Amino acid sequence: MTTATLPVYTKKDFQTDQEIRWCPGCGDYAILAAVQAVFAELGVPREKFVFISGIGCSSRFPYYMNTFGFHTIHGRAPAIATGVKLIRPDLDVWVATGDGDSLSIGGNHTIHMLRRNVGLKVLMFNNKIYGLTKGQYSPTSEVGKKAKSTPFGSVDRPFSPLSLALGSEATFIARSVDVFQQHLKETLRKAAAHQGSAYIEILQNCNIFNDGAWETITEKEARSEQVVQLEHGKPLIFGKNRDKGIRLVGLDLEVVALGNGITEKDLLVHDEHDPNPVYAFALSRMDSMPGFPTPIGVLRALQGVPRFEDLMQQQIRDVIAKKGKGDLAKLLRAGDTWELKA
Amino acid sequence: MLSNLHREGQFVMSTTISDILGRKKETIDKAVIRFCGDSGDGMQITGSQFTNTVALYGNDLATFPDYPAEIRAPAGTLPGVSGFQVHFSSSNVYTPGDSVDVLIAMNPAALKMNLSDLKTNGILIVNSDDFKETDLRKAQITVSPLEDHSLDGYRLFAVELTKLTRAALKDVGLDAKSMDRCKNFFALGMCYWLYNRSMEPTLRWLDDKFKNKPQLVIANKLAMQAGYSFCEATEAFQISYEIPPAKLSPGVYRNISGNAALALGFVAASQQARIPLFLGSYPITPASDILHELSMYKDFGVTTFQAEDEIAAVSSAIGASYTGALAITTTSGPGMALKTEAIGLAVAVELPLVVCDIQRGGPSTGLPTKTEQADLLQALYGRNSEAPVPVLAPSSPGDCFWIALEASRIAIKYMVPVIILSDGYLANGAEPWKIPTVAELPQIPVHFETDPEGFLPYKRNPSTLARPWAIPGTPGLEHRVGGIEKQDVTGNINYEPLNHEHMVRTRAEKVEGIAQDIPEIVPEGDPSGDLLIVAWGSTHGPITAAMKPMREKGHRIGHVHLRYLNPLPRNLGDILKRYKKILVPEMNMGQLVMILRAKFLVDAESYGKIQGKPFKQSEIEAKIEELLD
Repeated sequence: MTTATLPVYTKKDFQTDQEIRWCPGCGDYAILAAVQAVFAELGVPREKFVFISGIGCSSRFPYYMNTFGFHTIHGRAPAIATGVKLIRPDLDVWVATGDGDSLSIGGNHTIHMLRRNVGLKVLMFNNKIYGLTKGQYSPTSEVGKKAKSTPFGSVDRPFSPLSLALGSEATFIARSVDVFQQHLKETLRKAAAHQGSAYIEILQNCNIFNDGAWETITEKEARSEQVVQLEHGKPLIFGKNRDKGIRLVGLDLEVVALGNGITEKDLLVHDEHDPNPVYAFALSRMDSMPGFPTPIGVLRALQGVPRFEDLMQQQIRDVIAKKGKGDLAKLLRAGDTWELKA
Repeated sequence: MLSNLHREGQFVMSTTISDILGRKKETIDKAVIRFCGDSGDGMQITGSQFTNTVALYGNDLATFPDYPAEIRAPAGTLPGVSGFQVHFSSSNVYTPGDSVDVLIAMNPAALKMNLSDLKTNGILIVNSDDFKETDLRKAQITVSPLEDHSLDGYRLFAVELTKLTRAALKDVGLDAKSMDRCKNFFALGMCYWLYNRSMEPTLRWLDDKFKNKPQLVIANKLAMQAGYSFCEATEAFQISYEIPPAKLSPGVYRNISGNAALALGFVAASQQARIPLFLGSYPITPASDILHELSMYKDFGVTTFQAEDEIAAVSSAIGASYTGALAITTTSGPGMALKTEAIGLAVAVELPLVVCDIQRGGPSTGLPTKTEQADLLQALYGRNSEAPVPVLAPSSPGDCFWIALEASRIAIKYMVPVIILSDGYLANGAEPWKIPTVAELPQIPVHFETDPEGFLPYKRNPSTLARPWAIPGTPGLEHRVGGIEKQDVTGNINYEPLNHEHMVRTRAEKVEGIAQDIPEIVPEGDPSGDLLIVAWGSTHGPITAAMKPMREKGHRIGHVHLRYLNPLPRNLGDILKRYKKILVPEMNMGQLVMILRAKFLVDAESYGKIQGKPFKQSEIEAKIEELLD
């Protein structure tokens, strides 16, 4: 057996000659830079990467990645990517999508991709707005959102993308932020290493139609108070002086100040492999609880769940092992036949 | 106990008693039988067993299974009636038959729904045990037709099917309900006697079908044999019939339905193309059987993906095609409506794909189990903007096999989605099919681009205008495609006005160019004359059947049956000019006729039938007479 030597890639190898058509200042640029940098490190031949997207600003992503790329139709990227993986499980297939594409028009494909655990890495850019159609509210917009189609405020409730993913039996859910470059890259590396569907919510700023949507998290001053970074095996601590933590009281989460008898030992210790989804579910909705920080990082990474494409291909191999490779001449003559002589 | 019942020789056919009784055996040319009863009465199985037996004997045949959309409507009611009609003959058969010679009605509802199709003096077998007052009420009948002389015009055989079956099965050890479920095999046994057919093929089938339920094997065998013996022993039937084998062209045959033939055709296409077959599908009547069938062929490397919806079904197929598979999706009208945007994507990214629309009555849910041909315009034009695709239509169940191969060939050669329009009648109807050898199958060459030197995703083959098939995983061919308008050759996003016009016209030209790659059409019947019948799809049978008697009457008629609806055969325009009149029978309000009138400026006349049922031969004949008188 020979080992093919892999070219040494740099970020530049994953850039294309296409003029990037996102608005100046858009959070997508930062995400693109992080992905290009991480792809160069992954040790995967460039031709094995496939980037598939639906419709929306985020879905222009494949045009700017020097890999195989397929810009498809609104909401359907997970279904198209599933077809790719079923034929070639060895390909490294990534999906670029947004809160409208993945959660509104493509909601059905998203939940079924996750349920099946197809080996796809999904980057869901959540900017809580429809950008490409010029500013309508989205399924993640807060109640009362005043947008082009809701001049008096939206009345319908948003859902939490990661709660939805978890309810769809997702084996890997994570959250990162466009401007947190190092954290984003680390999250992408972890997603790349996961066997099965990885669903990553990337909080992304649309500076044209919903500027500042994540300001409370991204503002330098607020950042450490409003964000808790999840690290496997470490307690949930946050705050500028790392003086706050989260503990479990009954089935409820509670923010506590460290000191006065409360120590790290009283806090929840992050376990991304916990087979019980209750903890991950609580984390997935913490951002919408008043007084709680937004968790970022890998909320859950369930190990050992087989990938859909592997099971499908294994079934084919098993049948061939049992019945032998199909013989067309025999198949055509299967069942009752009769011969008419001349 | 089972072994006692299953005595050696018990099921071997005997002809001696009939001979002793000196009953007549008449040789006839053809017969049409319809089995009808409640959805739970096993009429589809009974009909297909009878079909299989006459096929194996060498008769030509056509079948028409007709069942309700409800799986089990309330037992004994009119909506619950299910039927299966077989036309078998010693000469060529083109239709399941306009009217029936023998009607087997398992209950009053079935009798009420089907009697009008029985010929005068035809044989009528009814289960007289099921004509009690409650049974009649369920069928909304007040007076029993067995008693009011309304059946005097037929040769009525009121047989106590339930009682006789129970008597035959008394030692098997089944409960009454299970015994009653065997009464269809009692009726089947009677029909085998009536047409002098061996029970052997059905005995073999029972052995296989219920191999893990030996009690059911015995019970059904006993019921069938009892039915056979009943005819033998009683003097009910004074006559039995013999229909000699048909003189079909020599070869090995099997019986095949349109859906099974499509499935086989795609497996064959994938083998000929040497690339894996991928089916993305969502269950829908009457297309689901293709999914069922293909899911069994994993030994041929077939991937069948039951998707979460129709859109995911076609989308996954597009993903598989992008990755180098022969990708197909199967559906019916409502599913076609959902898939249209994705088919447009396949048009734009120029990837091979075969979409099978097994048409049914519409609009909306319409008549899920009944046939129609009203998706033609949807197939041709049902996408946003200019998105032409090749459209093919099989003309018989067996032709579905060849259409699958041809659609795959065109899709791959021209890098284009192709639509196959079958319908419920072809899908479920069966006919004897001459099995081809593998050597007789067309080659389907596949070329995956591998050379990065000068590679551009939309650099076209100058003769076919196809773009290269450059699949992920090929070093040096990394590129981007998408539904956004792109520049020809480079594939880069491009919104320029003249480029768009160039791309729209190029995609259309590519599809039109396929006309040079398909056969010219040759009319059946008269090469010129008074009337040309132009049709497509499953109307082939009744039109072909009607042609012969009409021409024998002296009418000069031609018939062209279009297997290619887009592009049309390149000589069609010339053919249309050779006849004084043009008639276009379709199971819709006149869709092909609209195309012909628009494209060729001819005064073609539409003959539409929208009843969920195929044309009868007599209906076509009457229309011809009307036009030529």
